Amino acid sequence: MILHVLANGGAGGTNLDPIYDKVLFWILAVLAVSAALAMILVRQAVHCAMMLAVVMLSLAVMYAMQGAPFLAFVQVIVYTGAVLMLFLFVVMLIGLASAESLKETIAGQRLWAGLAGLGLVVLLVVGIGHAAIGSAAPQTAANGTDNLTGLAQLIFTTYVFPFEVTSALLITAALGAMVLAHRERTSPKPTQREVARRKIESGQVQPEPPPGVYALHNAVDMPAMLPDGTTTNRSVSDAVVQRDVQLGRDPQGVVVADIAERERIEAERQLEAGRAGRDPQ
Amino acid sequence: MSPAAYVFLAVILFTIGGVGVLIRRNMILVFMSVELMLNACNLAFVSFARLHGNLDGQVVAFFVMVVAAAEVVVGLAILMAIYRARRSASVDDANLLKN
Repeated sequence: MILHVLANGGAGGTNLDPIYDKVLFWILAVLAVSAALAMILVRQAVHCAMMLAVVMLSLAVMYAMQGAPFLAFVQVIVYTGAVLMLFLFVVMLIGLASAESLKETIAGQRLWAGLAGLGLVVLLVVGIGHAAIGSAAPQTAANGTDNLTGLAQLIFTTYVFPFEVTSALLITAALGAMVLAHRERTSPKPTQREVARRKIESGQVQPEPPPGVYALHNAVDMPAMLPDGTTTNRSVSDAVVQRDVQLGRDPQGVVVADIAERERIEAERQLEAGRAGRDPQ
Repeated sequence: MSPAAYVFLAVILFTIGGVGVLIRRNMILVFMSVELMLNACNLAFVSFARLHGNLDGQVVAFFVMVVAAAEVVVGLAILMAIYRARRSASVDDANLLKN
């Protein structure tokens, strides 16, 4: 059905069977609105990005249904492909801070925001309802033979100046992103000699224990066990420790309990062995 | 469906985006809500293009997409710069101008 939509979405708007059109619209509308609501309500930033992807993909299908197959593809490629990928990169770079606490800093902020949103919806719906929007007009012949040709004709004739300005905007944006992301070095780079001296002076010459050294568990959030049998949290990345605190996990406790359990089993085994040794065979 | 139905859907999505901007405190999520608002506007543009039977609305929607892409690039770069300087992406923490 999607192919049908894309194939027919050309000149005259949607040529879809009215029943299919209605069914598809309602499915997509419910999907888009519930995904949008979930987007502003869920806690994790990655989940928000996924919900936004759902909204954008449903909008892409709606563009195709409304006789804009080119925009449908641009929506998928630019928005869902590039923009959301950028969002996900930043979420991953920022990491833990992207899960916000649900505590309100301004009293009643959520309530008032919800009321304001409700007011805006009512205002716009009443306004648009009064505007008496009719049914779709047939596409005029001046728009070219199909959607893509018509768009190209418009962009390269009527809208050629905005189109050219767009290129300047994109170059400026690319340069701006580079300038903003570039970090100037404020202190001279330490030489190899300085690095070595600092290392010796710090008192710790050997590297930090990596995760999983003498480990009892095969997970990065489990602390390493030192040769003397104690555990150390220095092997665990700060981010992972923070996350464990957030999720209420206690890997250190798990390891300590595990060591105790092993010692108990070992003691029992030795006891068994001693008993077996005493038994006259 | 008539273009009006799409316009009403655009209104609802736009408002959800606006409420998202107001209630979320993480900068990335505020930014995502702005993207949702832009998408809703695009949907309205495409619906109006269909309503009028010409392609001007689609061209405008196309330009909105281009500008949104540029805006996301710069916005996320600023966000990264703020995060590097303050180790926080919460909008509550960016209060340098206060007192």
